Amino acid sequence: MSSYHLDHLEYLETEAIHVLREVAAEFERPVVLFSGGKDSICILRLAEKAFRPSEIPMPFLNVETGHEFPELIEFRDRRAEELGAKLIVRTVDEAVEKGLATPTPGQTSRNQLQIPVLLGAIDEFQFDCCIGGARRDEEKARAKERFFSFRDSFGQWDPKNQRPEIWNLYNARLNPGENMRVFPLSNWTETDVWEYVQKENLEVPNIYFSHERECFFRGGQWLPVPPAHDGNGKPDPYEGARPTEKEEHRTMTCRVRTIADMISTGMIESPAETIDDIIAEVAAARVTERGTRADDKASEAAMEDRKKAGYF
Amino acid sequence: MKSVSQHPVELLRFNTCGSVDDGKSTLIGRLLYDSKSIMEDQMEALERSADITGGGQVNLANLTDGLRAEREQGITIDVAYRYFATPKRKFIVADTPGHVQYTRNMVTGASTANLSIVLIDARNGVIEQTRRHSYISALLGIPHIVFAVNKMDLVDWSEERFREIRDEIEDFLPKLDTFSDVKFLPVSALDGGNVVDPSEYTPWYEGPTLMGHLESVHIASDWNLNAFRFPVQWVNRPNNPTDKTLHDFRGFSGQIAGGIVKVGQEVLVLPSGRKSFVKEIQTFDGNLDEAFSPQSVTLVLEDDLDISRGDMIVGTDSLPGHSADISARVCWMEQRPLQAGQKYFLKHGTQTVQAKVISLDSRINIQTYEPEPHPAELAMNDIGEVRLRTAKPLVFDAYTTNRLTGSIVLVEPSSNATAAAGMLRGPEKVYQPDYDDFMI
Repeated sequence: MSSYHLDHLEYLETEAIHVLREVAAEFERPVVLFSGGKDSICILRLAEKAFRPSEIPMPFLNVETGHEFPELIEFRDRRAEELGAKLIVRTVDEAVEKGLATPTPGQTSRNQLQIPVLLGAIDEFQFDCCIGGARRDEEKARAKERFFSFRDSFGQWDPKNQRPEIWNLYNARLNPGENMRVFPLSNWTETDVWEYVQKENLEVPNIYFSHERECFFRGGQWLPVPPAHDGNGKPDPYEGARPTEKEEHRTMTCRVRTIADMISTGMIESPAETIDDIIAEVAAARVTERGTRADDKASEAAMEDRKKAGYF
Repeated sequence: MKSVSQHPVELLRFNTCGSVDDGKSTLIGRLLYDSKSIMEDQMEALERSADITGGGQVNLANLTDGLRAEREQGITIDVAYRYFATPKRKFIVADTPGHVQYTRNMVTGASTANLSIVLIDARNGVIEQTRRHSYISALLGIPHIVFAVNKMDLVDWSEERFREIRDEIEDFLPKLDTFSDVKFLPVSALDGGNVVDPSEYTPWYEGPTLMGHLESVHIASDWNLNAFRFPVQWVNRPNNPTDKTLHDFRGFSGQIAGGIVKVGQEVLVLPSGRKSFVKEIQTFDGNLDEAFSPQSVTLVLEDDLDISRGDMIVGTDSLPGHSADISARVCWMEQRPLQAGQKYFLKHGTQTVQAKVISLDSRINIQTYEPEPHPAELAMNDIGEVRLRTAKPLVFDAYTTNRLTGSIVLVEPSSNATAAAGMLRGPEKVYQPDYDDFMI
């Protein structure tokens, strides 16, 4: 092998940097979707690599369901501040108050409600491009995604009518009202992400590592017991998401493999204390990463349906 | 838990193509399944859908056919990308559909591939699709091709049938004449024979299994390392008022599209024709002494030149073409046909310019590979030779020399649809630095 040769992580990195610079050059108001999760952590490092010594030329946006892990929020805010970036947060609660989103009676998860909140933020700030950390290996509807994924003026994805994407010549042209979702990590796998976190020595929220937590068993998963309701006169935001007496309930040594919010994230039993441990655990895993995501289990086409409606 | 050893791993990108029902998705499902890349929950989901719709038979195609309409119709609609790894290599697979109307998807999947797998149904032999897929693989400059004769179990693993098909392909291959290696493999994606493990029914076949070949085929670098080409992607100007060193910083960010660049090297900026020297090669991880394609870097030059996105910085030894009159082989991807006189946006490297179709020189007959001169139009999925005039001269190379500086896409200006993929012919004359000594 010659010395003029990139290994797989270097190849994925240069591909992603190229994509990020295309976004900066081709769009007027791009935004990075930053949740504090491992994939968007990699996106931020890639953005540093793409744009330094300049500032990262776009703000960050996060859509909160109101059921977030507090560790994730703390990390998100701190990381955005370290990078000197403007962080925009829009919440499902606000959107419900403004009438942008309507909760379904009896439905505790607010995963679906993130869609109108995201579309509302796109409209509010006139974003023409949202950069996300989604990867094609996560889910089979995502396997059909482009790097530059076109959304019509309703924010919808039409999988049967996608623009062909040839070489690295991304077609970024839009008409007014339309927008683009761009996924620089399209070709990365879960293992690649962790190897990159390790190689770049990136900090990740501590819930990715083994810790003790109260969990209960529901729908084939161990879900975290939500924080106690402080009884401030408002209704319990976790109503319906607390363990019933019949449900098994115990303290586990566990971690998260993929993070949604507390209601949709299954915990996995794990002693993994370091990135090395996590990489070894992923290599030996016999279930997929999103096997612990309650939001994907709704139906075989759960992700496709949400994406068509405007999901990330 | 034990620490895992980390070592650089080589990445092979391949695409699979074939006609409807040739078993492409099943073959990829088989590669994933037999390389233990399918997880228990995926298997459970497959078994669940097998019980509901498949009469109990697990359908490996459901692993890649992710869209609802695909599962309903039992077809693959769009390019699906899959990822798997063995201890030897990492793989990115583009599963490209075989219907004639979806040829554009094959071009998409093939444009970034090192290797192409063309599937042939052993019962049907070589069909129009086989010739089309072989042609597109050659057209896109894929160095390695594998003809996988599938469903061998349905022809009793007949060596005679396999040879018939191989002979027929070998008859037309010389007309394509671009592959650095060609392999023929008898396989059964359904029972797994010769996919990952050798088949017990093919004692007459002495070659590797498909996986064995994918793991060991020598991928001579796809990247052109001969002539330095740097399309300026983004001008890096921090304009930082508080940090003096950054206030005047001006760098040119981009991905090296060809060759190697070294600090101190003389470079030419096109189309302005100004010369300078490379002062620094910056990356976030520190400055480099040299960099090569396809690395992404930021170049700082000795002189303060007016350079913007779309310009190309090149080495002075091997110069590119520079012309507003270009000739390209295009694959047409739009419902509305391509005709002379039409205008499009043309994207080449990091620049987008307007372009007008001057003439249609030929349309390639996919059966004979012969050019049919002066067609009235190119319809969707047609491939032909066209002449274009651009509003601004392009700085380019032949596609056969450099896949990045020799490729274009055409975009339909009203719908913004990507209408064509084009491979440029070599320049009639290279850039002439006629008065360079008088410039900076």
